Amino acid sequence: MALTEAAPDNRVRALPPVRPRRRGIGWAQRLEIVALSGPAILVFVGFVIFPVLMAAYYGFYRWKGYGVPTDFVGLDNYVTILKDSLFHEALWHNAQIVVLSIVFQLPVALGLALLLNRGMRAQSLIRVLIFVPFVISEVITGTAWALMLQTTGAVNDVLRSIGLGWLAEDWLANPKLAIWSLMLILTWKYVGFAVILFLAGLQNIPEELSEAAAVDGASYWQIQRHITLPLLGPTLRIWAFLSIIGSLQLFDLVYIIWGQYVASTAGTSTMTTYMVVEGRNAANYGYGNAVAVVLFLVSLTIALVYQRFVLRRDTEGALTEGK
Amino acid sequence: MATKHSSGGNPVVYMAVLLVIGLMLGPVIYIIIGGFRTNSQITTDPAGLPDPWVLGNYTDVLTGDVFWRQFGNSTIAAVITTAGVVALGVMASYVLARYSFRGRGAMYALFAAGLMFPATVAITPLYLLVKNLGLVNTLPGVILPQIAFGLPTTIIILVPFLRAIPKEIEEAAAIDRCSRLGFFWRMVLPLSVPGLITVGILAFVGSWNSYLLPLFILNDQETFTLPLGVQNFSSQYSVDTAKVLAFTSLSMIPALVFFSLFERRIVGGLTGAVKG
Repeated sequence: MALTEAAPDNRVRALPPVRPRRRGIGWAQRLEIVALSGPAILVFVGFVIFPVLMAAYYGFYRWKGYGVPTDFVGLDNYVTILKDSLFHEALWHNAQIVVLSIVFQLPVALGLALLLNRGMRAQSLIRVLIFVPFVISEVITGTAWALMLQTTGAVNDVLRSIGLGWLAEDWLANPKLAIWSLMLILTWKYVGFAVILFLAGLQNIPEELSEAAAVDGASYWQIQRHITLPLLGPTLRIWAFLSIIGSLQLFDLVYIIWGQYVASTAGTSTMTTYMVVEGRNAANYGYGNAVAVVLFLVSLTIALVYQRFVLRRDTEGALTEGK
Repeated sequence: MATKHSSGGNPVVYMAVLLVIGLMLGPVIYIIIGGFRTNSQITTDPAGLPDPWVLGNYTDVLTGDVFWRQFGNSTIAAVITTAGVVALGVMASYVLARYSFRGRGAMYALFAAGLMFPATVAITPLYLLVKNLGLVNTLPGVILPQIAFGLPTTIIILVPFLRAIPKEIEEAAAIDRCSRLGFFWRMVLPLSVPGLITVGILAFVGSWNSYLLPLFILNDQETFTLPLGVQNFSSQYSVDTAKVLAFTSLSMIPALVFFSLFERRIVGGLTGAVKG
């Protein structure tokens, strides 16, 4: 699986003594290790780990982003966040998006992957076409859908022209509908990724298994249900993990389509849009960092719980490789 | 239930697949074709075909300097990000895959943990860091963090790839008095080209489409990349829908071309990563 480090048997071992080179792990080798991995570690720690740590520090201050923060406010920012009903709404929207993304995308992607795996004609072309939305940027996706879904846009026009005019709606501003429009767009954008992952997983399942089952008289659906799905389990669980993390961090599409202001009234604001609006746009950098920490903790908690209870058997040692 | 039907050419299946493809491509086609219409055509018939087809929107965008400047910025950012991610990623992956030393597990865990937290979480302090380095409104201010955030995926895809290179090759190279670094340079790099292409494309497309980071770092229109440009353009010319569509469709072409050229590689790379 993606996160699984190698199984113990193909773990790298010290090379056998055939090697006509100096002592086991001498200074030369250490130097190589440092020279080769140093730059990556430096950049990674500097631009990923360090900022995350700094967020925790800034989060304790009321701070406009200039100079060294001095106005220490302890946990005030966090108290404000946890009391702010706008944040509660954003959190609730994130929760909906996490669940609905899986509910929407899983059946569609699984169905498509199973269909494509049966070896259709033009399969590789179809695969490329399904992947197209995933390759298009969020900005383009957002711009196009915002144009199509506006009241005078193409979607309502098509509905009217096929006699379904009563279905025409204000898809983006109606708070009852907006989150569903968002889910539609998210499904459109990301289902291709799921299909590709599932197809990759399906192609790893030995054909002999389903052939043997077919010889024993199992129907197509029985084979899928009792052989393919269980064997695809690890792929499905990893995909769900990536999807959950992505949903928790969702920003681009909401911010582009609903802008900085209407997201909360339309009912599509997320923790990240809240962070950007209340933090950066309002120049409350201390507060914005505190929101980032909360976002980080929420993601981390969910990731760890998921790892502990769902992924455990697949990714034994994913994060603790070589204990 | 014992009716097993091999359904290679089942018409229902084909209809279903065609429908899905139609839905997937619909919005893309809408953007491209919309660029060939005029605003009055779009207002009177939002979902119609161009009648007549006009080239003006596209030629306007292509002859103006805004598009090309942003195109250039996006290209520079994407190319350097890709080069950086691939170079740093393959070196670190080589260490993780083929050296055994204490702390290797911890190092892998460090990068793997980064996979869980995309730039979103760290964006505010990241902006402040870039600001303190004096890199706001410069492309390096976008490129460096992009390299850093691209490393986890790259390393997780490349480590199994490099580990799969048979040990016999390394032993043979050692017998031929080829140093470990020589082995890396002469054998590992050429053998891992498919994997490098996979991670390179992911990095390129990621950078090409990146929005949040440039949004924070680049405030000066001179340094805008295409995603910022598209958004800026669409708010600036919000009444000129046709031109917005033309601009948008031109800006998605490079990623699409790039992707369709190398689609097999990406799928292959993901498959490799899934296999572990």
